[in-house]
Amino acid sequence: MSAPSHSSLDISRRAVMVSGAATAAMSALPADVQAAPAPSKPATMPVSFKVNGKDVSLTLDTRTTLLDSLREHLKLTGTKKGCDHGQCGACTVIVNGERINSCLSLAVQHQGDEVTTIEGLGTPDDLHPMQAAFVTYDGYQCGYCTPGQICSAVSVLKEIEAGIPSHVQEDITAAPAFTNMEMRERMSGNICRCGAYSNIAEAMAAVAGAKA
Amino acid sequence: MKSFTYERAKTPAQAAAAVAKQQGAKFLAGGTNLLDLMKLEIETPTHLVDVQDLKLDRIERTDEGGLRIGALVTNTALAADATVRRDYGVLTRAIVAGASGQLRNKATTAGNLLQRTRCPYFYDTNQPCNKRKPGTGCAAIGGFSRQLAVIGSSDHCIATYPSDMAVAMRLLDATVETVKADGKTRSIAMADFHRLPGDTPERDNELERGELITAVTLPRPIGGTHLYHKVRDRASYAFALVSVAAVIQKDGSGRAAFGGVAARPWRVEAAEAAMTQGARAVASGVFAGAKPTEENQFKILLAERTLASVMAQAKG
Repeated sequence: MSAPSHSSLDISRRAVMVSGAATAAMSALPADVQAAPAPSKPATMPVSFKVNGKDVSLTLDTRTTLLDSLREHLKLTGTKKGCDHGQCGACTVIVNGERINSCLSLAVQHQGDEVTTIEGLGTPDDLHPMQAAFVTYDGYQCGYCTPGQICSAVSVLKEIEAGIPSHVQEDITAAPAFTNMEMRERMSGNICRCGAYSNIAEAMAAVAGAKA
Repeated sequence: MKSFTYERAKTPAQAAAAVAKQQGAKFLAGGTNLLDLMKLEIETPTHLVDVQDLKLDRIERTDEGGLRIGALVTNTALAADATVRRDYGVLTRAIVAGASGQLRNKATTAGNLLQRTRCPYFYDTNQPCNKRKPGTGCAAIGGFSRQLAVIGSSDHCIATYPSDMAVAMRLLDATVETVKADGKTRSIAMADFHRLPGDTPERDNELERGELITAVTLPRPIGGTHLYHKVRDRASYAFALVSVAAVIQKDGSGRAAFGGVAARPWRVEAAEAAMTQGARAVASGVFAGAKPTEENQFKILLAERTLASVMAQAKG
Protein backbone atom coordinates (compact mmCIF):
# COMPACT_ATOMS: atom_id res chain seq x y z
CA MET A 1 0.00 0.00 0.00
CA SER A 2 2.95 2.36 0.55
CA ALA A 3 3.86 4.77 -2.20
CA PRO A 4 7.16 3.80 -3.89
CA SER A 5 8.80 7.14 -3.20
CA HIS A 6 8.40 6.98 0.61
CA SER A 7 9.68 3.46 1.32
CA SER A 8 9.39 2.17 4.91
CA LEU A 9 8.95 5.62 6.50
CA ASP A 10 5.47 5.93 5.03
CA ILE A 11 3.57 5.27 8.21
CA SER A 12 0.97 7.76 9.29
CA ARG A 13 1.27 9.36 12.72
CA ARG A 14 -2.20 8.09 13.53
CA ALA A 15 -1.24 4.49 12.73
CA VAL A 16 1.75 4.72 15.04
CA MET A 17 -0.37 6.09 17.86
CA VAL A 18 -3.05 3.46 17.42
CA SER A 19 -0.60 0.56 17.48
CA GLY A 20 1.25 2.14 20.40
CA ALA A 21 -1.96 2.37 22.41
CA ALA A 22 -2.85 -1.24 21.64
CA THR A 23 0.56 -2.43 22.82
CA ALA A 24 0.24 -0.42 26.02
CA ALA A 25 -3.22 -1.81 26.70
CA MET A 26 -2.07 -5.39 26.15
CA SER A 27 1.00 -5.09 28.31
CA ALA A 28 -1.11 -3.57 31.11
CA LEU A 29 -3.23 -6.72 31.36
CA PRO A 30 -1.87 -9.15 33.97
CA ALA A 31 -1.63 -12.74 32.78
CA ASP A 32 -4.18 -14.10 35.27
CA VAL A 33 -7.05 -11.74 34.38
CA GLN A 34 -10.31 -13.56 33.86
CA ALA A 35 -12.60 -12.56 31.05
CA ALA A 36 -15.27 -10.28 32.48
CA PRO A 37 -18.77 -11.78 32.49
CA ALA A 38 -20.89 -10.66 29.57
CA PRO A 39 -22.56 -7.41 30.69
CA SER A 40 -26.32 -7.46 31.03
CA LYS A 41 -28.28 -4.94 29.02
CA PRO A 42 -28.24 -1.45 30.57
CA ALA A 43 -31.49 -0.46 32.27
CA THR A 44 -33.80 1.85 30.33
CA MET A 45 -36.79 3.90 31.49
CA PRO A 46 -39.47 6.10 29.98
CA VAL A 47 -39.45 9.78 30.94
CA SER A 48 -41.63 12.72 29.90
CA PHE A 49 -40.98 16.42 30.41
CA LYS A 50 -41.54 19.70 28.67
CA VAL A 51 -38.78 21.34 26.65
CA ASN A 52 -39.27 24.90 25.48
CA GLY A 53 -43.04 24.51 25.87
CA LYS A 54 -43.28 21.21 23.98
CA ASP A 55 -44.10 17.87 25.61
CA VAL A 56 -41.47 15.21 24.95
CA SER A 57 -41.46 11.52 25.83
CA LEU A 58 -38.31 9.45 25.63
CA THR A 59 -37.16 5.99 26.63
CA LEU A 60 -33.61 6.35 27.86
CA ASP A 61 -30.73 4.44 29.34
CA THR A 62 -30.99 5.50 33.02
CA ARG A 63 -27.44 6.87 32.78
CA THR A 64 -28.47 9.53 30.26
CA THR A 65 -27.92 13.02 31.63
CA LEU A 66 -30.43 15.77 31.01
CA LEU A 67 -27.72 17.34 28.83
CA ASP A 68 -27.33 14.26 26.62
CA SER A 69 -31.09 13.83 26.36
CA LEU A 70 -31.34 17.39 25.00
CA ARG A 71 -28.39 17.18 22.62
CA GLU A 72 -28.37 13.58 21.44
CA HIS A 73 -32.01 12.55 21.67
CA LEU A 74 -33.92 15.79 21.07
CA LYS A 75 -31.22 17.28 18.79
CA LEU A 76 -31.30 20.55 20.70
CA THR A 77 -27.58 21.15 20.27
CA GLY A 78 -27.65 24.76 21.47
CA THR A 79 -26.85 23.56 24.99
CA LYS A 80 -23.17 22.68 25.04
CA LYS A 81 -21.11 19.99 26.72
CA GLY A 82 -17.94 21.54 28.13
CA CYS A 83 -16.40 19.70 31.07
CA ASP A 84 -19.35 17.33 31.76
CA HIS A 85 -18.53 17.65 35.47
CA GLY A 86 -20.34 20.80 36.61
CA GLN A 87 -17.23 22.93 36.55
CA CYS A 88 -17.69 25.09 33.43
CA GLY A 89 -21.39 25.99 33.13
CA ALA A 90 -21.59 25.48 29.34
CA CYS A 91 -24.52 23.08 29.88
CA THR A 92 -26.60 25.53 31.95
CA VAL A 93 -30.34 25.27 31.27
CA ILE A 94 -33.37 26.54 33.17
CA VAL A 95 -35.51 23.87 34.89
CA ASN A 96 -38.76 24.91 36.58
CA GLY A 97 -37.50 28.50 36.52
CA GLU A 98 -34.05 27.80 38.03
CA ARG A 99 -30.71 27.46 36.28
CA ILE A 100 -28.89 24.16 36.79
CA ASN A 101 -25.98 22.24 35.27
CA SER A 102 -27.74 19.81 32.91
CA CYS A 103 -24.63 17.57 32.88
CA LEU A 104 -25.03 16.78 36.60
CA SER A 105 -28.65 15.73 36.40
CA LEU A 106 -30.14 12.50 35.09
CA ALA A 107 -32.91 12.86 32.53
CA VAL A 108 -35.08 10.47 34.58
CA GLN A 109 -34.93 12.89 37.52
CA HIS A 110 -36.91 15.38 35.43
CA GLN A 111 -40.24 13.59 34.96
CA GLY A 112 -42.88 16.33 34.59
CA ASP A 113 -40.37 19.20 34.70
CA GLU A 114 -40.29 22.27 32.44
CA VAL A 115 -36.94 22.75 30.76
CA THR A 116 -35.91 25.91 28.90
CA THR A 117 -32.82 25.83 26.70
CA ILE A 118 -31.20 28.58 24.64
CA GLU A 119 -33.49 27.55 21.76
CA GLY A 120 -36.49 28.37 23.97
CA LEU A 121 -35.32 31.81 25.05
CA GLY A 122 -35.35 33.38 21.61
CA THR A 123 -35.01 32.70 17.89
CA PRO A 124 -32.71 34.29 15.27
CA ASP A 125 -35.65 36.47 14.18
CA ASP A 126 -36.86 37.24 17.65
CA LEU A 127 -33.94 37.42 20.06
CA HIS A 128 -34.38 37.38 23.81
CA PRO A 129 -33.25 40.77 25.20
CA MET A 130 -30.23 39.04 26.78
CA GLN A 131 -29.26 37.50 23.42
CA ALA A 132 -29.56 40.90 21.76
CA ALA A 133 -27.46 42.50 24.50
CA PHE A 134 -24.72 39.84 24.10
CA VAL A 135 -24.55 40.81 20.41
CA THR A 136 -24.53 44.54 21.15
CA TYR A 137 -21.87 44.32 23.87
CA ASP A 138 -19.68 41.61 22.26
CA GLY A 139 -20.38 39.17 25.08
CA TYR A 140 -18.56 36.32 23.32
CA GLN A 141 -15.82 35.40 20.89
CA CYS A 142 -15.90 31.71 19.95
CA GLY A 143 -19.45 31.33 21.24
CA TYR A 144 -19.11 27.88 22.78
CA CYS A 145 -19.93 28.93 26.34
CA THR A 146 -22.50 31.50 25.19
CA PRO A 147 -25.74 29.46 25.43
CA GLY A 148 -24.85 28.57 29.02
CA GLN A 149 -23.78 32.15 29.75
CA ILE A 150 -27.09 33.49 28.44
CA CYS A 151 -29.25 30.96 30.30
CA SER A 152 -27.28 31.80 33.44
CA ALA A 153 -27.42 35.56 32.87
CA VAL A 154 -31.20 35.52 32.40
CA SER A 155 -31.55 33.54 35.64
CA VAL A 156 -29.09 35.74 37.55
CA LEU A 157 -31.21 38.83 36.93
CA LYS A 158 -34.26 36.93 38.18
CA GLU A 159 -32.33 35.72 41.24
CA ILE A 160 -31.28 39.26 42.13
CA GLU A 161 -34.85 40.45 41.62
CA ALA A 162 -36.09 37.63 43.88
CA GLY A 163 -33.63 38.74 46.58
CA ILE A 164 -31.46 35.59 46.56
CA PRO A 165 -28.36 36.63 48.56
CA SER A 166 -24.78 36.37 47.31
CA HIS A 167 -21.26 36.14 48.65
CA VAL A 168 -20.43 39.78 47.81
CA GLN A 169 -23.32 41.32 49.75
CA GLU A 170 -22.20 43.19 52.84
CA ASP A 171 -25.62 43.07 54.49
CA ILE A 172 -27.14 39.69 53.71
CA THR A 173 -30.52 40.66 55.17
CA ALA A 174 -30.84 43.43 52.58
CA ALA A 175 -32.08 43.07 49.01
CA PRO A 176 -29.18 42.59 46.57
CA ALA A 177 -28.54 45.27 43.94
CA PHE A 178 -27.85 44.95 40.20
CA THR A 179 -24.18 45.90 40.55
CA ASN A 180 -21.20 44.78 38.50
CA MET A 181 -19.79 42.92 41.53
CA GLU A 182 -23.07 41.02 41.95
CA MET A 183 -23.15 40.01 38.26
CA ARG A 184 -19.55 38.83 38.35
CA GLU A 185 -19.95 36.81 41.54
CA ARG A 186 -23.19 35.21 40.42
CA MET A 187 -21.77 34.30 37.00
CA SER A 188 -18.69 32.54 38.45
CA GLY A 189 -20.09 29.12 37.51
CA ASN A 190 -19.82 29.97 33.81
CA ILE A 191 -16.29 29.84 32.46
CA CYS A 192 -15.30 31.66 29.23
CA ARG A 193 -11.90 30.76 27.80
CA CYS A 194 -12.06 33.74 25.41
CA GLY A 195 -12.35 36.01 28.43
CA ALA A 196 -15.50 37.88 27.42
CA TYR A 197 -16.43 38.37 31.07
CA SER A 198 -16.42 42.17 31.24
CA ASN A 199 -18.60 42.41 28.13
CA ILE A 200 -20.98 39.78 29.50
CA ALA A 201 -21.36 41.84 32.68
CA GLU A 202 -22.05 44.92 30.54
CA ALA A 203 -24.68 43.07 28.53
CA MET A 204 -26.34 41.97 31.76
CA ALA A 205 -26.22 45.49 33.16
CA ALA A 206 -27.85 46.81 29.99
CA VAL A 207 -30.69 44.30 30.29
CA ALA A 208 -31.07 45.04 34.00
CA GLY A 209 -31.30 48.72 33.12
CA ALA A 210 -28.46 49.48 35.47
CA LYS A 211 -24.97 50.77 34.88
CA ALA A 212 -22.15 48.29 35.35
CA MET B 1 -20.66 5.15 34.15
CA LYS B 2 -21.85 1.75 35.37
CA SER B 3 -25.42 0.84 34.56
CA PHE B 4 -28.02 1.13 37.33
CA THR B 5 -31.74 0.81 37.91
CA TYR B 6 -33.75 3.76 39.23
CA GLU B 7 -36.84 4.27 41.36
CA ARG B 8 -38.58 7.14 43.08
CA ALA B 9 -39.52 6.59 46.72
CA LYS B 10 -42.77 7.95 48.17
CA THR B 11 -41.94 8.17 51.88
CA PRO B 12 -38.69 8.51 53.86
CA ALA B 13 -39.11 5.08 55.49
CA GLN B 14 -39.79 3.50 52.11
CA ALA B 15 -36.66 5.12 50.68
CA ALA B 16 -34.58 3.89 53.60
CA ALA B 17 -35.95 0.36 53.22
CA ALA B 18 -35.32 0.38 49.46
CA VAL B 19 -31.64 1.25 49.94
CA ALA B 20 -31.16 -1.07 52.92
CA LYS B 21 -32.50 -4.15 51.16
CA GLN B 22 -30.32 -3.93 48.06
CA GLN B 23 -26.54 -4.14 48.19
CA GLY B 24 -25.13 -1.40 45.97
CA ALA B 25 -28.18 0.89 46.25
CA LYS B 26 -27.79 4.59 47.01
CA PHE B 27 -30.00 7.60 47.65
CA LEU B 28 -30.12 10.25 44.93
CA ALA B 29 -31.11 13.83 45.84
CA GLY B 30 -29.72 16.71 43.77
CA GLY B 31 -27.07 14.46 42.28
CA THR B 32 -24.49 17.23 41.80
CA ASN B 33 -21.74 15.28 43.60
CA LEU B 34 -22.93 11.69 43.16
CA LEU B 35 -23.33 11.90 39.36
CA ASP B 36 -19.91 13.44 38.99
CA LEU B 37 -18.41 10.56 40.98
CA MET B 38 -20.45 8.00 39.01
CA LYS B 39 -19.08 9.33 35.72
CA LEU B 40 -15.58 8.73 37.07
CA GLU B 41 -16.66 5.32 38.43
CA ILE B 42 -15.54 6.32 41.91
CA GLU B 43 -19.14 5.66 42.94
CA THR B 44 -20.68 2.64 41.22
CA PRO B 45 -24.24 2.20 42.56
CA THR B 46 -26.31 -0.53 40.95
CA HIS B 47 -29.61 1.04 42.01
CA LEU B 48 -30.61 4.64 42.73
CA VAL B 49 -33.49 5.61 45.01
CA ASP B 50 -34.51 9.14 44.07
CA VAL B 51 -35.78 10.98 47.16
CA GLN B 52 -37.07 14.15 45.48
CA ASP B 53 -40.75 13.31 46.10
CA LEU B 54 -40.40 12.91 49.89
CA LYS B 55 -41.66 16.44 50.66
CA LEU B 56 -38.66 17.14 52.87
CA ASP B 57 -38.25 20.60 51.36
CA ARG B 58 -39.67 22.82 54.10
CA ILE B 59 -38.08 25.10 56.69
CA GLU B 60 -40.13 25.24 59.89
CA ARG B 61 -39.92 26.62 63.42
CA THR B 62 -39.34 24.01 66.10
CA ASP B 63 -41.21 24.03 69.43
CA GLU B 64 -37.95 25.00 71.09
CA GLY B 65 -37.69 28.19 69.04
CA GLY B 66 -35.14 26.80 66.63
CA LEU B 67 -35.39 25.84 62.99
CA ARG B 68 -36.01 22.52 61.27
CA ILE B 69 -34.50 22.40 57.78
CA GLY B 70 -35.85 19.63 55.54
CA ALA B 71 -33.21 17.37 53.98
CA LEU B 72 -34.23 18.40 50.47
CA VAL B 73 -34.21 22.18 50.98
CA THR B 74 -31.86 23.41 48.27
CA ASN B 75 -28.74 25.34 49.18
CA THR B 76 -30.22 28.39 47.43
CA ALA B 77 -33.53 28.17 49.29
CA LEU B 78 -31.79 27.74 52.64
CA ALA B 79 -29.42 30.67 52.05
CA ALA B 80 -32.32 32.88 50.92
CA ASP B 81 -34.68 32.05 53.79
CA ALA B 82 -35.55 35.25 55.66
CA THR B 83 -35.29 33.66 59.12
CA VAL B 84 -31.93 32.09 58.33
CA ARG B 85 -30.59 35.41 57.03
CA ARG B 86 -31.76 37.25 60.13
CA ASP B 87 -31.09 34.75 62.93
CA TYR B 88 -28.45 32.38 61.52
CA GLY B 89 -26.57 34.69 59.16
CA VAL B 90 -23.38 32.64 59.35
CA LEU B 91 -25.25 29.81 57.62
CA THR B 92 -26.35 31.98 54.69
CA ARG B 93 -22.85 33.41 54.40
CA ALA B 94 -21.26 29.95 54.39
CA ILE B 95 -23.63 28.58 51.76
CA VAL B 96 -23.20 31.46 49.32
CA ALA B 97 -19.42 31.14 49.71
CA GLY B 98 -19.62 27.66 48.20
CA ALA B 99 -20.07 26.25 44.70
CA SER B 100 -21.87 28.19 41.94
CA GLY B 101 -25.40 29.52 41.53
CA GLN B 102 -26.33 26.57 39.30
CA LEU B 103 -25.02 24.00 41.78
CA ARG B 104 -26.68 25.67 44.78
CA ASN B 105 -30.01 25.56 42.94
CA LYS B 106 -29.83 21.77 42.70
CA ALA B 107 -27.75 20.74 45.71
CA THR B 108 -29.69 19.83 48.85
CA THR B 109 -29.06 20.26 52.57
CA ALA B 110 -28.57 16.53 53.17
CA GLY B 111 -26.57 16.09 49.99
CA ASN B 112 -24.23 18.87 51.04
CA LEU B 113 -23.59 17.03 54.33
CA LEU B 114 -22.85 13.84 52.39
CA GLN B 115 -20.58 15.29 49.72
CA ARG B 116 -17.29 13.51 49.45
CA THR B 117 -13.76 14.81 49.65
CA ARG B 118 -12.16 16.64 46.73
CA CYS B 119 -8.76 15.11 47.51
CA PRO B 120 -7.14 14.72 44.05
CA TYR B 121 -6.00 11.21 44.91
CA PHE B 122 -9.56 10.17 45.77
CA TYR B 123 -10.57 11.41 42.30
CA ASP B 124 -7.72 9.73 40.40
CA THR B 125 -8.69 6.07 40.08
CA ASN B 126 -5.13 5.23 38.98
CA GLN B 127 -3.86 6.12 42.45
CA PRO B 128 -4.11 4.19 45.69
CA CYS B 129 -6.69 5.72 48.06
CA ASN B 130 -7.91 4.18 51.31
CA LYS B 131 -11.11 6.22 51.19
CA ARG B 132 -12.02 5.10 47.66
CA LYS B 133 -10.58 1.58 47.88
CA PRO B 134 -9.87 0.48 51.45
CA GLY B 135 -6.47 -1.06 52.05
CA THR B 136 -4.78 0.28 48.90
CA GLY B 137 -2.81 3.01 50.69
CA CYS B 138 -2.78 6.79 50.59
CA ALA B 139 -1.06 8.52 47.68
CA ALA B 140 -1.78 11.92 49.21
CA ILE B 141 0.68 11.28 52.03
CA GLY B 142 3.95 12.31 50.46
CA GLY B 143 2.07 13.63 47.42
CA PHE B 144 0.62 17.03 46.56
CA SER B 145 -1.01 17.91 49.86
CA ARG B 146 -1.39 21.69 49.76
CA GLN B 147 -5.21 21.46 49.94
CA LEU B 148 -5.36 18.61 52.43
CA ALA B 149 -5.87 18.14 56.16
CA VAL B 150 -3.61 19.57 58.85
CA ILE B 151 -5.38 18.06 61.86
CA GLY B 152 -7.41 14.98 62.77
CA SER B 153 -5.82 13.01 59.93
CA SER B 154 -4.31 9.54 60.22
CA ASP B 155 -1.60 7.43 58.59
CA HIS B 156 -4.34 6.13 56.30
CA CYS B 157 -5.92 9.35 55.03
CA ILE B 158 -5.34 13.12 55.02
CA ALA B 159 -8.43 14.11 53.02
CA THR B 160 -10.50 17.15 53.96
CA TYR B 161 -14.26 17.43 53.99
CA PRO B 162 -15.16 20.21 51.54
CA SER B 163 -18.50 21.67 52.72
CA ASP B 164 -18.86 25.32 53.74
CA MET B 165 -22.47 24.90 54.89
CA ALA B 166 -21.52 22.22 57.43
CA VAL B 167 -18.92 24.46 59.08
CA ALA B 168 -21.67 26.94 59.93
CA MET B 169 -23.98 24.14 61.07
CA ARG B 170 -21.27 22.81 63.37
CA LEU B 171 -20.82 26.30 64.78
CA LEU B 172 -24.56 26.59 65.41
CA ASP B 173 -24.73 23.19 67.22
CA ALA B 174 -27.00 21.69 64.57
CA THR B 175 -28.44 18.19 64.84
CA VAL B 176 -28.90 15.73 61.97
CA GLU B 177 -32.23 13.86 62.01
CA THR B 178 -32.43 10.46 60.31
CA VAL B 179 -34.75 7.56 59.65
CA LYS B 180 -33.66 3.93 59.27
CA ALA B 181 -35.09 1.12 57.21
CA ASP B 182 -37.14 -0.14 60.18
CA GLY B 183 -38.73 3.29 60.56
CA LYS B 184 -36.73 4.17 63.69
CA THR B 185 -35.50 7.75 63.86
CA ARG B 186 -32.45 9.16 65.57
CA SER B 187 -30.67 12.48 66.11
CA ILE B 188 -26.93 12.89 65.61
CA ALA B 189 -25.14 16.03 66.79
CA MET B 190 -23.20 17.70 63.95
CA ALA B 191 -20.14 17.39 66.19
CA ASP B 192 -20.41 13.59 65.93
CA PHE B 193 -21.80 13.25 62.40
CA HIS B 194 -18.62 13.31 60.31
CA ARG B 195 -15.94 10.80 61.23
CA LEU B 196 -12.21 11.29 61.46
CA PRO B 197 -10.41 8.83 59.17
CA GLY B 198 -8.59 6.64 61.71
CA ASP B 199 -8.08 3.28 60.01
CA THR B 200 -11.48 3.33 58.26
CA PRO B 201 -11.37 6.45 56.07
CA GLU B 202 -13.89 4.90 53.67
CA ARG B 203 -16.62 5.83 56.17
CA ASP B 204 -17.16 9.59 55.97
CA ASN B 205 -19.90 9.75 58.60
CA GLU B 206 -21.91 7.84 61.20
CA LEU B 207 -24.84 6.88 58.95
CA GLU B 208 -25.66 3.21 58.59
CA ARG B 209 -26.52 1.65 55.26
CA GLY B 210 -30.03 2.69 54.29
CA GLU B 211 -30.20 5.42 56.93
CA LEU B 212 -31.72 8.54 55.41
CA ILE B 213 -31.26 12.13 56.58
CA THR B 214 -34.69 13.75 56.95
CA ALA B 215 -33.76 17.13 58.41
CA VAL B 216 -31.17 19.28 60.11
CA THR B 217 -32.35 21.19 63.18
CA LEU B 218 -30.86 24.34 64.60
CA PRO B 219 -31.28 25.38 68.26
CA ARG B 220 -32.61 28.82 69.23
CA PRO B 221 -30.72 31.77 67.73
CA ILE B 222 -27.74 32.95 69.77
CA GLY B 223 -27.52 36.57 68.57
CA GLY B 224 -24.12 38.13 67.94
CA THR B 225 -22.36 39.08 64.72
CA HIS B 226 -22.35 36.26 62.15
CA LEU B 227 -19.37 36.01 59.84
CA TYR B 228 -17.88 33.51 57.41
CA HIS B 229 -14.50 34.18 55.82
CA LYS B 230 -13.26 31.78 53.16
CA VAL B 231 -9.72 31.94 51.79
CA ARG B 232 -9.22 30.27 48.43
CA ASP B 233 -7.13 30.41 45.28
CA ARG B 234 -9.70 32.51 43.40
CA ALA B 235 -12.41 34.89 44.57
CA SER B 236 -15.37 32.67 43.73
CA TYR B 237 -16.26 29.08 42.89
CA ALA B 238 -13.34 27.31 44.55
CA PHE B 239 -12.93 25.10 47.60
CA ALA B 240 -11.47 26.60 50.75
CA LEU B 241 -7.85 26.50 51.71
CA VAL B 242 -9.10 27.64 55.08
CA SER B 243 -12.46 29.02 56.18
CA VAL B 244 -13.65 30.46 59.47
CA ALA B 245 -17.25 30.57 60.66
CA ALA B 246 -17.77 32.72 63.72
CA VAL B 247 -20.48 34.22 65.88
CA ILE B 248 -19.03 36.99 68.03
CA GLN B 249 -20.89 38.78 70.83
CA LYS B 250 -20.53 42.45 71.79
CA ASP B 251 -18.15 41.63 74.65
CA GLY B 252 -15.81 39.79 72.27
CA SER B 253 -16.78 36.31 73.44
CA GLY B 254 -18.06 33.87 70.86
CA ARG B 255 -17.57 30.72 68.83
CA ALA B 256 -15.38 29.77 65.89
CA ALA B 257 -15.29 26.76 63.58
CA PHE B 258 -12.84 26.04 60.78
CA GLY B 259 -13.25 24.50 57.33
CA GLY B 260 -10.68 23.14 54.89
CA VAL B 261 -8.43 21.79 57.64
CA ALA B 262 -9.81 18.35 58.55
CA ALA B 263 -12.14 15.49 57.62
CA ARG B 264 -14.93 17.33 59.41
CA PRO B 265 -15.75 20.91 60.38
CA TRP B 266 -13.14 21.67 63.03
CA ARG B 267 -14.29 23.26 66.25
CA VAL B 268 -12.70 23.07 69.69
CA GLU B 269 -15.18 24.49 72.21
CA ALA B 270 -12.59 24.64 75.00
CA ALA B 271 -10.43 26.98 72.92
CA GLU B 272 -13.32 29.44 72.51
CA ALA B 273 -12.87 30.61 76.09
CA ALA B 274 -9.88 32.55 74.73
CA MET B 275 -11.94 34.48 72.16
CA THR B 276 -11.54 37.75 74.10
CA GLN B 277 -7.76 37.31 74.13
CA GLY B 278 -7.36 37.34 70.37
CA ALA B 279 -6.91 35.00 67.44
CA ARG B 280 -3.54 33.57 68.46
CA ALA B 281 -4.83 32.41 71.82
CA VAL B 282 -7.79 30.68 70.17
CA ALA B 283 -5.85 29.17 67.27
CA SER B 284 -3.16 27.71 69.50
CA GLY B 285 -5.87 25.74 71.29
CA VAL B 286 -7.80 24.83 68.14
CA PHE B 287 -4.74 23.52 66.32
CA ALA B 288 -2.96 21.87 69.24
CA GLY B 289 -1.76 18.48 68.03
CA ALA B 290 -1.95 19.45 64.34
CA LYS B 291 0.10 17.29 61.96
CA PRO B 292 0.45 19.34 58.79
CA THR B 293 2.60 18.34 55.84
CA GLU B 294 5.39 20.57 54.60
CA GLU B 295 3.09 21.74 51.78
CA ASN B 296 0.11 22.66 53.92
CA GLN B 297 1.61 23.87 57.20
CA PHE B 298 0.80 27.41 56.01
CA LYS B 299 -2.86 26.64 56.75
CA ILE B 300 -2.37 26.90 60.51
CA LEU B 301 -1.06 30.46 60.37
CA LEU B 302 -3.61 31.27 57.65
CA ALA B 303 -6.42 30.01 59.89
CA GLU B 304 -5.19 32.17 62.78
CA ARG B 305 -4.98 35.25 60.57
CA THR B 306 -8.37 34.59 59.02
CA LEU B 307 -9.84 34.39 62.52
CA ALA B 308 -8.06 37.64 63.37
CA SER B 309 -9.68 39.31 60.37
CA VAL B 310 -13.08 37.95 61.38
CA MET B 311 -12.59 39.31 64.92
CA ALA B 312 -11.54 42.69 63.57
CA GLN B 313 -14.61 42.85 61.34
CA ALA B 314 -16.87 41.95 64.26
CA LYS B 315 -15.47 44.88 66.24
CA GLY B 316 -16.45 47.07 63.29
